[in-house]
Amino acid sequence: MSAVRAWLRHSLLWIYLVLGGLFVFVVLSTRQELGLFEEPLFLISQILVFGVVATIITAAYRMRKLLQNRLSLIGIVLVLFFAAIAIAAPWLAPPENPREPYRIVRCGYTHMPQPPRGDNPLEQIWKIITKQETICEARPFGLIQSYDIYYGIVWGTSMAFFVGLVLTGLNVLIGLVIGSLGAYFGRWVDEILMRITDIFLAFPFLVAAITLAAVLQPSLGRGLLTAMVALTVFGWMSYARLIRGDILAIKERDYVYAAHAIGAPHYRVLLRHIIPNAIYPTLVVGSMDIGSYVLNFAALSFLGLGAEIGFADWGQMISFARDWIPRLSDHWYIVVYPGMAILLFVLGWNLIGDAFRDILDPRLKGAK
Amino acid sequence: MLAYIIRRLLLLPILLLGVTIFVFAVFALLSPEMRASLYLADVPKSPDAMDRIIKKYGLDQPIHIQYWQWLNQVIRGDLGWSKTAQRPVSEALLYYLPATLELSLWAMLPVILVGIWLGILSAVHQDKLIDHTMRVFALVGWSLPTFVFGLLMLMYFYARLQWFPPGQISDWVTREVINGSFIRYTQMYTIDAILNWRWDVFWDSLRHLIMPVITLSYVQWALLLRVTRSSMLETLRQEYIMTARAKGLKESVVINKHAARNAMIPVATMGGLLLIGLLNGVVITETIFNYPGIGRWAADAAIRLDILSVIGFTLFNGVLLVVGNLIVDVLYAFIDPRVRLE
Repeated sequence: MSAVRAWLRHSLLWIYLVLGGLFVFVVLSTRQELGLFEEPLFLISQILVFGVVATIITAAYRMRKLLQNRLSLIGIVLVLFFAAIAIAAPWLAPPENPREPYRIVRCGYTHMPQPPRGDNPLEQIWKIITKQETICEARPFGLIQSYDIYYGIVWGTSMAFFVGLVLTGLNVLIGLVIGSLGAYFGRWVDEILMRITDIFLAFPFLVAAITLAAVLQPSLGRGLLTAMVALTVFGWMSYARLIRGDILAIKERDYVYAAHAIGAPHYRVLLRHIIPNAIYPTLVVGSMDIGSYVLNFAALSFLGLGAEIGFADWGQMISFARDWIPRLSDHWYIVVYPGMAILLFVLGWNLIGDAFRDILDPRLKGAK
Repeated sequence: MLAYIIRRLLLLPILLLGVTIFVFAVFALLSPEMRASLYLADVPKSPDAMDRIIKKYGLDQPIHIQYWQWLNQVIRGDLGWSKTAQRPVSEALLYYLPATLELSLWAMLPVILVGIWLGILSAVHQDKLIDHTMRVFALVGWSLPTFVFGLLMLMYFYARLQWFPPGQISDWVTREVINGSFIRYTQMYTIDAILNWRWDVFWDSLRHLIMPVITLSYVQWALLLRVTRSSMLETLRQEYIMTARAKGLKESVVINKHAARNAMIPVATMGGLLLIGLLNGVVITETIFNYPGIGRWAADAAIRLDILSVIGFTLFNGVLLVVGNLIVDVLYAFIDPRVRLE
């Protein structure tokens, strides 16, 4: 209990921010009778985004260096900007059917890309927010195969947070379990687990994910689940190796021997004494990889092995452009807008990750 | 040194066995009926055809016996029939490989030379304008998806300017190949063009290669630049660099002879990562530029659920990577004597 209380005290600001944000959001959205909470994906994604915002604010509060470095400041601004889009998605782009917000709004049934309306996209977006025009009337970023690109980008932001954070979390978790078991028990357990890790590393990440996605499609169908499983199976190895190394160093410490000596069971030594002291480097590396998971998921979607057609996912939206390559200079908006969204989102995360590494890597101290 | 190489070589068969077990495990995720359907060319005429195939290929046997049978087939080079390529998978791999090899060879050279050069430049001029430019360039490369970059290139250089077309070669060359006035010795157009002494074909092939090569290289440049830069920065702070400067050596000698050589040691470990990046990148790049290599073939096969092709491709990649990593490790032991003492 005391550990729980200590953790609560330690992260009070964080918890206040998440709960407060959620509370305000729920009040606002029930006023508007959006009925969005019937989509569990959206609820999870919303909680995750609030978690990200709270983490960034608390991290910036504790590590002032994050705000002093110009590049990391840009990164924080970018990620907070996308977080704002994800949180405000129901107002920025009201869904047709609140129960399926990730289904991109269709305007008509033409195959041809339709150019954006109006000269200034921001003006058109403002018309949507103030409810002067519906999404199909405003069309700030144009249409591709009758799907509204603006709607896809707004809800794709929410999806990108979901995909990036859930994939990172799952992979770190698997790596944590395998790496810590191997390092703690040592000998043949370690040998077997590490050789398995080696074999998983014997395949290029994307190629293996493509294969697994193709093999899983007959049983799981094309969609979010298949792609996420495929990217989870092949993503955890570097974390397993990292945490293994850290635990190998920590398990020889005196306090671990002391815990053994007073008769603490294995799980207690591992969970209470070793992992809390070894986990931070792995978490930092994981946070640096959020962007690359979003990229890889987008690549799977682009190849037609990720999210299904019409799902608000950036990679899937760009895959439409493959049919229009000879005429892309006329229909530039079908690549440029979703492409910019991916680039800026991933760039934001990478800038923050870079700053983290510079702050935490002792070898680089004094270099700056 | 020899002991180290032998130890690494002994590990090779174990890893290769692991690779095959793993690929088979992925394959075995499919039910026996689904796997049987992969061996059928058509919809079965008789209702018991499915059962016959399951019996014939032993798909209802215990899993380790199935693995043994499958391994025997694989060792004999029988990977099944590729519906996408309309030929056996092993032949399809060989058929599509030269095009990919040509693309990779053209891509690797600029990646390694330009990436290292830019990294050194960036480290030497730390925190100057050129360093900031390079870092932004690397960060953008690290964050921009390959397919968006490729599509933007196509948008500008193909759709607007009509400079560089997608595909592998123009139609007029294909016609010359068919009527026999252009002989394909190596299946790689740029090399064949030199062997045939046909500079127009060489130029045409190069025009098709330029965009995929840049797309494939960009991410790798960014990666290599980052590693070279940080390694070089660390080396430049060493005391022997100060000694070299104190001796009054020219700055160019200090950088190129004393610093760069030692900074290259960690960069050499990047070989394996570059290979992974290349194998991953080839799938996306070839798909965008409609370049007929193994990457596009695999992507096509994956979408059509042509599982045998995809499995064959993965196995090929796994073996390539295991062998490639071995070569990188051995080379690394050559460069850095400290490794083999461990």
